[in-house]
Amino acid sequence: MENDSVVDPIHQFQIHELISWHPNGVNLSFTNSSLFMLVTVLVASLFLILSTSSRALVPGRSQSIAEMSYEFVANTLRDAAGHHGMQFFPLVFSLFMFVLVANLLGMFPYFFTITSHIIVTFALAMVVILTVILAGIWKHGLKFFNLFVPHGVPMALIPLVTAIEIISFLSRPISLSVRLFANMLAGHITLKVFAGFIVTLSAMGGIGILGSILPLAMAVALTALEFLVAFLQAYVFTVLTCMYLNDAIHPGH
Amino acid sequence: MAETTTTTEVAKDTHVEISFPPFNSTTFASQLVWLAIFFGVFYLVIGRIALPRISEILETRRSRIAKDLSEAAGLKQQTDAAIAAYEKALLTARQNAAAIAAETRATLTADVDAKRHAAEAELKAKLVTAEAEIAAIKAKALAEVNAIARETASSVVSALSTATVSAEEIAAAVENAAAR
Repeated sequence: MENDSVVDPIHQFQIHELISWHPNGVNLSFTNSSLFMLVTVLVASLFLILSTSSRALVPGRSQSIAEMSYEFVANTLRDAAGHHGMQFFPLVFSLFMFVLVANLLGMFPYFFTITSHIIVTFALAMVVILTVILAGIWKHGLKFFNLFVPHGVPMALIPLVTAIEIISFLSRPISLSVRLFANMLAGHITLKVFAGFIVTLSAMGGIGILGSILPLAMAVALTALEFLVAFLQAYVFTVLTCMYLNDAIHPGH
Repeated sequence: MAETTTTTEVAKDTHVEISFPPFNSTTFASQLVWLAIFFGVFYLVIGRIALPRISEILETRRSRIAKDLSEAAGLKQQTDAAIAAYEKALLTARQNAAAIAAETRATLTADVDAKRHAAEAELKAKLVTAEAEIAAIKAKALAEVNAIARETASSVVSALSTATVSAEEIAAAVENAAAR
């Protein structure tokens, strides 16, 4: 069993309790997942706060990165949702930094990747969708539901188009969460599988060791790719969030 | 043998049951609660501390750059004005210098001319006086020549002969000789 876990590509996603806590029989234990949420939040917060603590007029390296991430997310949001969209900037920026730092921390060996769990990505997606719905109704009242009735569609087609719009709206949190979750999960499994090949092949000795060069090269290339995916998925999550928020601000296409 | 198989089976079964952790719903509650706590705190930290600070930094920089640019533009304007004033002053000075030079030249020329004219007039006057004097002397000399001639003639006559010649005769003879 112990040996098994070394090669088992699913083992890395196992959640185990660090501090047991079962109020009313519900398992709310502090787990390795909770620990890495805490680490993610600490790393991101401390980086952003410490790097900008000098408030330098001419930024240093780390302050530059903090400013760049700020401008990057701000531009993404402004492009997608306009100036009115900037009221959601704290939320969008928090989501981007949280997902990005969580993805990147997951690249460290033996670190737990919190975004590889569908419930986490789904919860984040639901935060976005609920914000869209609540902000939309708050701002536009019932007119918000014009979102589902596009302009310029013939009367006969309206029921059909509206049904499609509603389905597409409901599928947003699912696609948003599954995209991130599946990318992180698949990437980490692939990495682990190729790394496992290296171990298995090397154990055979001789030709096996030579042959293990192939999965080793693959694992190296995949690591680079996974860093790209870690950033890209955080970006995609942010861009889609911005586009959905645009619906809350400007419903009725 | 049979026993080992069963235990493996059992182990495998439990393994299969928890084989895919992301879909293990018993961990959902814990993950959701801790995510809500940590993400909520993160949202507050970002919204209250990090973002205001970064936007303040960027705003300060933007306004500082704008201020510096407008300051530079103002200074440039001042420089241009100073250059224009300098050139104008230079032009005026040059014109003044030319005027003063011309005036001085005119004064000097007039002065010299006046002096020259005065000198010339003086010389001319002296010349006229001298000429008049010469003419007077000449006339006087000529007049005295006749008297000397008459005196010499009467002396010569009285010395050479005993004849008495009157003064009128001698004067007429001298006149005659002079006219010849």
